[in-house]
Amino acid sequence: MTEDSLNIDDLRDEIGVEWEPGVYEIEKGMLRRFVQAIDDPNPLWRNEEYARKSRYGGIVAPPTFVLTIGFEQIQQILASIPSRTILHGDTTLEYYQPIRPGDVITATTKITNIRERQGEKGKTVFMTFEITYINQRQELVARCRQMIVSY
Amino acid sequence: MSEQLYYEDIVVGSEITPLLKQPTTRQLVMWAGASGDYYAIHYDKDFAQSKGLPGVIVHGQLVGCFLGQLMTDWMGEQGSLRKLTCSYKSVNFPGEALICKGKVTKKYVEDGEHYVECNLWVENAKGEKTVSGKAVIIMPARG
Repeated sequence: MTEDSLNIDDLRDEIGVEWEPGVYEIEKGMLRRFVQAIDDPNPLWRNEEYARKSRYGGIVAPPTFVLTIGFEQIQQILASIPSRTILHGDTTLEYYQPIRPGDVITATTKITNIRERQGEKGKTVFMTFEITYINQRQELVARCRQMIVSY
Repeated sequence: MSEQLYYEDIVVGSEITPLLKQPTTRQLVMWAGASGDYYAIHYDKDFAQSKGLPGVIVHGQLVGCFLGQLMTDWMGEQGSLRKLTCSYKSVNFPGEALICKGKVTKKYVEDGEHYVECNLWVENAKGEKTVSGKAVIIMPARG
């Protein structure tokens, strides 16, 4: 899926087809930049000494951090749909295992649904992507559904 | 960090301690870098206006993360977030005060785990609910 320009019908053919998985090594700096960006002072995500005494035994990522992993693949697809405004419609996150610095996360994405609605100002398209996250121990870390609205 | 909350202490219908966030354009740029979401409606005013928006808007997903923090702050270190859903109803603008709120809707024990469900939402200064959501968490029990 590397075409310069796509239309919705091209994407419809892709429903249910898993993309080439993205593999991401989770570095401490990524986590730090994330918690700074969301401005969350929780020492579990930031303070090694504090986190070591917690039930996690070390720094963990906030659960929402996983939402940033692999999203670039979705971005690329969205960017290739010409001259549209794209907004997030909704997000569903199921979270099973904490993510720690040093983890290697494999994110596998597929499109699960495409709906279209004809409105006064043209067509609105609702696209749902599902991403499954597995860590280096083959444990299911999280599953996420992102519904994107394009109009 | 406040004292750990336990399953037994949680009352259905009670409020979750609100969380105030006020994202600035600087924070939107930080989020773009941290998330890889470089869509220009979040930092380029001219581009945002060419898309029919009054100005740059806050990334929906960043506001979703605020609801995540609302829950992790409230449930404490011993709690686990199992599920979070966010529905982005209308856009938020940088500089606006956003209050993240929630209410406990349900508590139950299943397979030995102590679950609590909550409704969540984000209010802007006009009192409009711009984002709504739900959370399912697993809480520690006194036993």
